[in-house]
Amino acid sequence: MAHLADLARIDLDDAELDHLAPQLNVILEAVASIGAVGDLDDVPPTSHPVPLTNVFREDVVVPGLTAEQALSGAPEAEDQRFRVPRILGDEQ
Amino acid sequence: MTATTETLVPFDEVVAAYDPALGLEIHVELNTNTKMFCGCPATFGGEPNTQVCPTCLGLPGAMPVVNGKAVESAIRIGLALNCEIAEWCRFARKNYFYPDMPKNFQTSQYDEPIAFEGYLDVDVEGETFRIEIERAHMEEDTGKSSHVGGTAGRIHGADYSLVDYNRAGIPLIEIVTKPILGTGAKAPLVAKAYVSAIRDLIVALGVSDARMDQGSIRADVNLSLAPKGSGALGTRSETKNVNSLRSVERAVRYEMARHAGILAAGGSVLQETRHFHENDGTTSSGREKSDAEDYRYFPEPDLVPVAPSREWVEELRATLPENPAARRTRLQAEWGFSDLEMRDTVGAGALELVEQTIAAGAAPQAARKWWLTELARRANDTGVELSELGVTPAQVAEVQALVDAKTINDKLARQVFDGLLAGEGTPEEIIAARGLAVVSDEGALSAAVDKAIAENPAIADKIRDGKVAAAGALIGAVMKEMRGQADAGRVRELVLEKLG
Ligand SMILES: [Zn+2]
Repeated sequence: MAHLADLARIDLDDAELDHLAPQLNVILEAVASIGAVGDLDDVPPTSHPVPLTNVFREDVVVPGLTAEQALSGAPEAEDQRFRVPRILGDEQ
Repeated sequence: MTATTETLVPFDEVVAAYDPALGLEIHVELNTNTKMFCGCPATFGGEPNTQVCPTCLGLPGAMPVVNGKAVESAIRIGLALNCEIAEWCRFARKNYFYPDMPKNFQTSQYDEPIAFEGYLDVDVEGETFRIEIERAHMEEDTGKSSHVGGTAGRIHGADYSLVDYNRAGIPLIEIVTKPILGTGAKAPLVAKAYVSAIRDLIVALGVSDARMDQGSIRADVNLSLAPKGSGALGTRSETKNVNSLRSVERAVRYEMARHAGILAAGGSVLQETRHFHENDGTTSSGREKSDAEDYRYFPEPDLVPVAPSREWVEELRATLPENPAARRTRLQAEWGFSDLEMRDTVGAGALELVEQTIAAGAAPQAARKWWLTELARRANDTGVELSELGVTPAQVAEVQALVDAKTINDKLARQVFDGLLAGEGTPEEIIAARGLAVVSDEGALSAAVDKAIAENPAIADKIRDGKVAAAGALIGAVMKEMRGQADAGRVRELVLEKLG
């Protein structure tokens, strides 16, 4: 649980972890019930419920947002850019 | 911050004791009109955050749709790399948190790349190396951060960062090699030749601007060493974002020396990313990396699978440019170059330049001569690739045309190149401004020849006795008198006429 919270960058204290862990267990148990179905080795996993392929867009420019609109939801902006806290670590 | 305390082993000793293994990951930014999953322009250099929309900003509810043109480019790149094209493949979310990735995941491909199992042959000093391609997959670029405070522009010690998302979502193709073994002392050159070959191929396909200096082709260089003959694979380092061909070669060379230093001292190489420093050719530690990095990849639920029909794939195969090896054979025959001349031309990265110079009217040997001698030397002196030198094939052809017209000679042509590099205008303008034209005044030339004969009676006698080879000394004296501004062929004629 703490590992998941860390991966999701959600800061949880012990009380919150204790509160959420049982809820996560309920989900895991629900998923585990699939194990009761039996041998699924021959069943391909589903990533999409609709049997569609090759939905493509034409390579044509569509107007997007202005910089003002784009930045309107940003907690902080500077020089027409999103301002973010100090980044530690390394660029991906 | 290159406070380097590395022990570097001389290159000869590295290759005597170790076998290098290379791996290259190249990101190619496609030149589509729009981004990978939205209709925002994918052009370079717009004002910050003016080429964005809810999809590429990762705003709630926005739905991506794949750019068909980008898929087409991906397939063409895969085919040109002799890859299989997947009959069916999906996008996947690569989950990580970084401010230049507004969605908190990068839409990429994971275990189902669109192209896989290919190869590309590269020539290094007459030896062909087959580079096996593991995969080429589609993904999207990130935004661009600039760091404020601390040491100018560096992430470490910065107070905060500013992000521009214009680049976020631009289509990328990532091309990954299998480990490249058996290159020995040629490892740095093979790495460079491979990146160069990829760049040439991308240019020929017309799918990217292919500008390394602007980041539209970016190379990550993996390197490891294993004890010679052991057949093992050592721990690798990954040098990120190496942005010129020359830097690729230098980065490999440096990492080989650094790894050997660690191994020779009984240490073990850390698996990590490294940053390359253009100024001194070194690398420094980036981020420690484990194979178990937890990106929690899963199939992208908002995009349907891509299943290119075999008909489409074959249609695209028919659009591929001429295979590079076949093209080289054809050009060599057309130009009448020897194997060595051709190899040197390719090795110097001058094939396209020579081809364009010939297309602009120069004779093949003249085009080769200028690029491989005079201009190669200047490129080498300034540490840039020939193609980045700043002299165009059209200008070289123009200089040669002036030589052919006997307006200038080879020696004066070198000064015209000086002028071109200094931005003094067209060859004609430089000749006028610098007063470089060959003296065609027969009177002045004749007087200079007479003077040279009078001052060198012994040599003149030899020529009178039929020793024509001695004429060189007199021609030299005349050229000196004329300060190089004479047509040596005409001087020779005059000398032989007067003494014949
Ligand atoms: Zn967009």
